[in-house]
Amino acid sequence: MIHDFNYLKPGSVKEAFEMYAEHDDCKVICGGQSLLIVMRQGMVAPEYLLDIKGLDELRYIKFDDKDGLRIGATTTHREIEKSQVIKEKYPVLALMETKLASIQTRNWGTIGGNLAHADPAGDPAPVLIALNANIKVGGKNGERTMALEDFFIDYFETALDKGELVLEVHVPIPQPKTATAYQKFNLLDSDMGIVAVAASITLNNDDTCKDARIVLGNAAPTPKRMKNVEQLLIGKKFDENLFAEAGKISYDESEPVADIHASEEQRRHLLGVLTKRMIKKAWEQARTVA
Amino acid sequence: MEKRALKLSVNGEEYEVFVNPKTLLVEVIRDHLGFTGTKRGCETVSCGACTVMVNGASVKSCSILAVQVEGMEVTTVEGLEKDGQLSPIQKAFLDHGSYQCGFCTPGMLMSATAFLDENKGREVTEHEIREGIEGNICRCTGYNSIVRAIDAVAKGTYKEE
Repeated sequence: MIHDFNYLKPGSVKEAFEMYAEHDDCKVICGGQSLLIVMRQGMVAPEYLLDIKGLDELRYIKFDDKDGLRIGATTTHREIEKSQVIKEKYPVLALMETKLASIQTRNWGTIGGNLAHADPAGDPAPVLIALNANIKVGGKNGERTMALEDFFIDYFETALDKGELVLEVHVPIPQPKTATAYQKFNLLDSDMGIVAVAASITLNNDDTCKDARIVLGNAAPTPKRMKNVEQLLIGKKFDENLFAEAGKISYDESEPVADIHASEEQRRHLLGVLTKRMIKKAWEQARTVA
Repeated sequence: MEKRALKLSVNGEEYEVFVNPKTLLVEVIRDHLGFTGTKRGCETVSCGACTVMVNGASVKSCSILAVQVEGMEVTTVEGLEKDGQLSPIQKAFLDHGSYQCGFCTPGMLMSATAFLDENKGREVTEHEIREGIEGNICRCTGYNSIVRAIDAVAKGTYKEE
């Protein structure tokens, strides 16, 4: 049963900032595909609900050869999945979206809402962090941009200050010879990942690893960047034993919790396997891109 | 709690209802307007029994605030038939026995309709059809007959009249 709330519907981003600043105990809803579930469970019961779903100012996908990709907060998952420019320039993002929940959820749920909800099992965050994305947030007192990996603080907790909204995700142009791979492990296609791994690999011309960004999903309270794995890979050549070693680091350093879907041990095991496979997959793809 | 006036179109008719803002779209459709074809199933965005179309896109009406569809066009399963004629996918469901208990059927029909609309004029694979109904659970597990019905419509076996 959803508790009563007062409904606030701003007509513009500016008005949303003002309304949000004026009202204490106010929660923001966009697509509400996650929020309404926890509201129905009574876990979230705000006095005010600020509805930004209708703010089309924030509904856009822009791409520029120098600047990269900018996705507005109220853009739906389905719009990202179907975007021709994203399919071309950031195929891993579009692929990730096809596996995010169900079509119905993707039709209504938004990228900004997904990130602000900060569920550690969310799909977009690990992929976007592997792609070196930034997030723009803002409120009445101005806007600020941070690396997406710094946005997540704890389970369902973000770096958003009081009165701030998520405004935009920015994905820079990848370095040359870069590819990114993502896979989650789940039992049903439309489920959340039991665990997930995103790997971005950049190669030098001699096929050694120039740069790597490895991110685990649902392996810790927040998306977990694996710097020790990255350090292990940089400078090395393609080597199955190296990838197995990388998987071992994910196994050891992840901090998953057990729940009804999988034990901690099983999650560690899966994270190790997926780390190995995603690095290999991204590496092989990176060889083929310009 | 202050009620709000909400205008929306359902199956081509304009309606105005007064609702508590926490009212879900499925509640407006079923309880305020009496379109009980749309089912309440899991109520956690999982099962798809409550699927309707909003501005042509399939959504789960159990997890959308009704006030969020202000001014939009909602289509429920009741809106699929035209002038007493079942839509192609409805006929195909009948012919292929694509239901057992029938509880998932309205949601399946809506997802199937959205899928067919999106893929009009191109060949679809069985895998794509299955992905098209990924958000709908049939607890009688009658997926094969549902997939066959969608496939038949996609192949043009049923003409829109």
